[in-house]
Amino acid sequence: MMQVQDRPLGRGPGPILEVRDLRVEFPTRRGVLTALDGVSFDIAPGEVLGVVGESGAGKSMTGAAIIGLLEPPGRIAGGEIRLNGRRIDNLPYEPMRRIRGREIGAIFQDPLTTLNPLYTVGRQLIETMQTHLDLSDREARQRAIGWLEMVGIPAAAQRVDSYPHEFSGGMRQRVVIALALCAEPKLIVADEPTTALDVSIQAQIIALLKRLAREKGTAMMLVTHDMGVIAETADRVAVMYAGRVAEIGPVRDVVKAPKHPYTDGLMASIPPLDRKVHHLAGIEGAMPRLSAIPRGCAFNPRCPHVFDRCRVERPELLDTGTTRAACWLYDPASEKQAPELFRHA
Amino acid sequence: MLAFVISRILQAIPVMLAVALISFAMFAYVGDPVSIMLGQDFTEAQRTQLIHDLGLDQSFLMQFATFIGNAVQGNFGLSYRLSRPVAELIAERAPATLELAFCAAALAMLIGVPMGVYTGLYRNSWLSRAFLTFSLVGVSLPTFLIGILLILIFSVWLGWLPSFGRGEVVQLGWWSTGFLTWSGIKALILPSVTLGMFQLTLIMRLVRAEMLEVLRTDYIKFARARGLGNRAVHFGHALKNTLVPVITIAGLQLGGIIAFAIVTETVFQWPGMGLLFIQSVSAADIPVMAAYLMLIALIFVTINLVVDLLYYLVDPRLRIGRGAAGGH
Repeated sequence: MMQVQDRPLGRGPGPILEVRDLRVEFPTRRGVLTALDGVSFDIAPGEVLGVVGESGAGKSMTGAAIIGLLEPPGRIAGGEIRLNGRRIDNLPYEPMRRIRGREIGAIFQDPLTTLNPLYTVGRQLIETMQTHLDLSDREARQRAIGWLEMVGIPAAAQRVDSYPHEFSGGMRQRVVIALALCAEPKLIVADEPTTALDVSIQAQIIALLKRLAREKGTAMMLVTHDMGVIAETADRVAVMYAGRVAEIGPVRDVVKAPKHPYTDGLMASIPPLDRKVHHLAGIEGAMPRLSAIPRGCAFNPRCPHVFDRCRVERPELLDTGTTRAACWLYDPASEKQAPELFRHA
Repeated sequence: MLAFVISRILQAIPVMLAVALISFAMFAYVGDPVSIMLGQDFTEAQRTQLIHDLGLDQSFLMQFATFIGNAVQGNFGLSYRLSRPVAELIAERAPATLELAFCAAALAMLIGVPMGVYTGLYRNSWLSRAFLTFSLVGVSLPTFLIGILLILIFSVWLGWLPSFGRGEVVQLGWWSTGFLTWSGIKALILPSVTLGMFQLTLIMRLVRAEMLEVLRTDYIKFARARGLGNRAVHFGHALKNTLVPVITIAGLQLGGIIAFAIVTETVFQWPGMGLLFIQSVSAADIPVMAAYLMLIALIFVTINLVVDLLYYLVDPRLRIGRGAAGGH
């Protein structure tokens, strides 16, 4: 059989987004830091890919690279990003600008700071739509009201002329979602869209995102460190560690039966709600700094199953049966093979 | 809105009273008006009569109240030096200073803001570096030195522009303007540049710093992520957000320009209020000094009020905040 695990689950012809061997570098005074190294994944039309990992694992950076807005001096130093088969990582500013908003929408973390405080939400919506779509002022205003209704803003026809500070955090994130979707992109990059919100609001926002993505057939890259959000929303999940993809596969398999020792540690560190625990499980040590990523597998100093090969050779994503994991335990040629102990069931 | 204006005006009253007290105190402590006005030969009866006429035998509070009452009506008495009403002297000189200040402020804003935006957007271009170097010169050279250097270059060496005075002026009612004659406009150039140079560099540096700050914010990144063009991002979203602090500083600077035109007016022998003030100081002409002090205070208070109102127009968050607070 063909390998299907790194292929998107979605329907339709090709993937909407293909990321291949993406490498992002930051030149600094003390040498070049590699923030992303060999990151590869696909997203199918209408599919939700969750991206998880600790802070600094490169989740947000991957999103920024896709929308072409890496903070300088960061730059894409290798690999490629394709949108609907068209290469976009090497586009000049102007063609890339026309893609942003129109073909790839973005949602940021903190709704309190993402909206310009000096303009009404209606103006910001109208301006975005008129940048990308050929709309008269009246049509654009009508659609702006329509979008506010769609994201669940009550009395949208009045609220369209309100300023961002007149909305609560959750309402503002709804406005941000409307702004990301209003030019009807086929892909949304959502960077921690619920992290800055109250827990009670988080579920509403996730439900809204999920519903809109389904209704509009929008694919989504959902960056978060919240496994609960991933489990609830994503079709597949990519686990990142030190700027690399550690494991990628269908969300059920990755959550229930992780194959990479890092994913295993990550899942084990989520405290169960159904029984009392006396110690919170964690992973020994800390993620390496970008300037000190060890040779071989980046996780090897913290890995309970480490063996000689891990310290020398860097593992590629290998088929594990259910997911694909960057771990030598799954290479039949390795002297050590995966133990059964990861199966949490 | 109206409540806000009224409350600001009420706040301004103590400020004006304090300045009035200082002005008033000058009469009592800087020289003795009676001996100044009597001259060399006088009798004791004349002296007593004058003290009585001037109201100097009344209590301090009564004198101060009279002073305030007169000041509110624009009556600051007679100049010791010129023996003419002070209000008339100042009204005569005000157009010259106000036109000069207006030109200097316009120059500072119209050149300073674009330069600040440019240096904020293109941080590493050679032109930005050139602007910044130039601004260091503007900030660090004293005004009188800039004025003298400009006179040396443009009046003495090149002979293009006059080195002193206002040129020909046209009377429009009580207002004398230099804008309507060619020589008047030529005469305005050097003093305006001299007076506006410091403000220009200050505004440029301020706009640059604010632009750099704003361009780092999330809403600018989000505006880019929505695919807005550079023009919309830079001028629609970024520049407007830099305006609040720029308005504050520009407003205070405008007051400063008017108040401290003294140096420039002296260098260029500009017949404005500043020159009048300097001449009054050397002659200990206290009524003029007192009136000038109060006028400048009034200008500062007014500008501050206007600046606060401009905040309202620029930043919607203040409208709501104040509105709600005013509603209680």
